[in-house]
Amino acid sequence: MPDSVMQNSFHLDAVPIRLERCGKTFAGGARALEPLDLTIRGGETIVFLGPSGCGKTTTLRIIAGLESPDPGGRVLFGEEDVTALPIERRNVGMVFQSYALFPNMTVAENVAYGLKVRKIARADRGRRVEEMLDLMHLGEFAGRRIDQLSGGQRQRVALARALVVRPRVLLLDEPLTALDAKLRDSLRLEIDRLLRGLGITAVYVTHDQGEAMALGDRIVVMAKGRVAQVGTPREIYYQPADGFVADFIGTMNRLGGMARGGTLSIGSATLPWSGPEGAVELLVRPEDLALAGEADGHLGGTVAAAVFLGDRTRLVVEPADGPALTVDAAGRSELGRGDRVWLRVDPARVLAVP
Amino acid sequence: MSACAQDAPLPHRPAARPPVRPGWAGEPLRLAALLAPAAVVFAAFFLLPLVRLILIGAGGTAGWSAYLTTLADPGHLDSLISTLALSAGVTLVTLAVSTVAGLFLVRNRFPGHALLVALLTFPLAFPGVVIGFMVIMLAGRQGLIGTITQALGAGKLVFAYSMAGLFLGYVYFSIPRVILTVMAAAEKLDPRLEEAARSLGASSWRVVADVILPALKPALISAGALCFATSMGAFGTAFTLATRINVLPMTIYTEFTLQANIAAAAALSVLLGLITWAALAVARSVAGTSVAAAG
Ligand SMILES: Nc1ncnc2c1ncn2[C@@H]1O[C@H](COP(=O)(O)OP(=O)(O)OP(=O)(O)O)[C@@H](O)[C@H]1O
Ligand SMILES: [Mg+2]
Repeated sequence: MPDSVMQNSFHLDAVPIRLERCGKTFAGGARALEPLDLTIRGGETIVFLGPSGCGKTTTLRIIAGLESPDPGGRVLFGEEDVTALPIERRNVGMVFQSYALFPNMTVAENVAYGLKVRKIARADRGRRVEEMLDLMHLGEFAGRRIDQLSGGQRQRVALARALVVRPRVLLLDEPLTALDAKLRDSLRLEIDRLLRGLGITAVYVTHDQGEAMALGDRIVVMAKGRVAQVGTPREIYYQPADGFVADFIGTMNRLGGMARGGTLSIGSATLPWSGPEGAVELLVRPEDLALAGEADGHLGGTVAAAVFLGDRTRLVVEPADGPALTVDAAGRSELGRGDRVWLRVDPARVLAVP
Repeated sequence: MSACAQDAPLPHRPAARPPVRPGWAGEPLRLAALLAPAAVVFAAFFLLPLVRLILIGAGGTAGWSAYLTTLADPGHLDSLISTLALSAGVTLVTLAVSTVAGLFLVRNRFPGHALLVALLTFPLAFPGVVIGFMVIMLAGRQGLIGTITQALGAGKLVFAYSMAGLFLGYVYFSIPRVILTVMAAAEKLDPRLEEAARSLGASSWRVVADVILPALKPALISAGALCFATSMGAFGTAFTLATRINVLPMTIYTEFTLQANIAAAAALSVLLGLITWAALAVARSVAGTSVAAAG
């Protein structure tokens, strides 16, 4: 596999990053980021995920050196304190949503730019650019102007340009957002392959949870300038720290229940329970609610909508009281609007918020 | 898909005849009628005087060769060369000053910003005569600079009536136009491009050379071409300064009013027009290709 040989020769240093008390208040007093502590392990791909305006880009720009944290904040690459270093001396690779390729240069000139700035000898430069273009499957486009490339090709050029200088960290700000869905999937796979192969520390910003789950070793969920949760995709999905994270990632149902003396009553059923006592709000994923018969079901309701998704049919069930629940049934399920159904809840897969 | 199907001839259906618009045959006529007023104005106020001017240039005792002999006159040639040099110098200095100032004004907001922009663009409102007057007040025999240098014991510095005075005046009235163009172009620069260059290790100077100037190039070329053309044809300032330098418009004026050498004046006018027009055309084609290359 020539590919894997290439990737090995391109293996990059895995530098850990530490943010200590990094807050950001913009001129005019707007607090974009509450002081934040975060350690990113060397070689890890970490994803900042959150709704628009929550401070993802601001955090990325603080790591890059395009913004400085409020006084007291520190940014460390490995043991080196880079807080005072401007971006041009931090040796970071950046990839933007808008590609930001130099329009007055060809593909090869774009990729060579960082090497030229570093005064790498012409022959060496040419070889490294060629290697990089091959790695990104861009060899045939070397002489093209930027406006002769598709969006996906442009973003691959941007990746090549950022990586060819062997940066200590790769920073990507919504690199796939400008692409259409199909291209987004294939380029996401390519980025995934690249990041694993290179072993570089990468910070990836997105508001797309699918992207975050697929790419991130760990995900930092942010809300309103704060970190809501840091964890692996599984932790974030199955053990959301709070209601915000639960609602933001995937679909989450909310059920009212009453826990008393080791039992939990939901609807008409009473289940064994070891969680907190009292009136609790229960969070359940659609796939953790099962359709059942009247005899063994815990909760009755009426189907308000059924959406056929191919591999499954997504039902919206309205119980006698409480908010509507989303449940997944088999793809071939014949259930439709108005049908009466019973649901079972597995108490082990339920999360309780007192 | 559907567009293709519509364009392709449909073999199974009898071809539909294109609908005949009533009065279609009259269309070119109507168009001509609509264009007529513009054509008349163009002919009367642009084409006729120009042709007349060209003919007058050839109407002297020397005939068509007047166009060559006018230039053979050392006075005229000197005048042409110094006008070209002056205009080129003014263009370069104006571009340099305006680019730096324009970029600074776009990048930095400070109290008094709007006022400063307004002041910088103030000379737009002045005719050349007023500019000349201002140069005299600054660097003339009773001017501010002369007074100051005299007070400092360095002798009275007077340069209003020389090439330097003219240069100063031209730069002064060229800056507003160019600065406005530069500012408009600089507002549209993509800050991500600069950030990308910096992330790759580029210093501020490299960012200017590799990112900002290439992006501003089309605007600088067109602004520079206009600045050059304006300087070539400017008259009021030179007239007011009664300068010892004979710029081409002044030479034309002298030939025409004082020497009554109408043929020479006309020939010089045509030459002035041609050179300026050529400069503009070259600039436009260079700017055009660079715009295309920049995508
Ligand atoms: N230069 C700035 N000056 C003032 N406020 C800013 C500036 N940049 C960002 N902000 C504010 O800081 C907050 C966080 O912005 P940021 O760009 O980090 O959000 P984001 O999470 O990247 O959002 P998005 O998903 O929309 O890109 C926002 O409320 C924004 O308005
Ligand atoms: Mg953002």
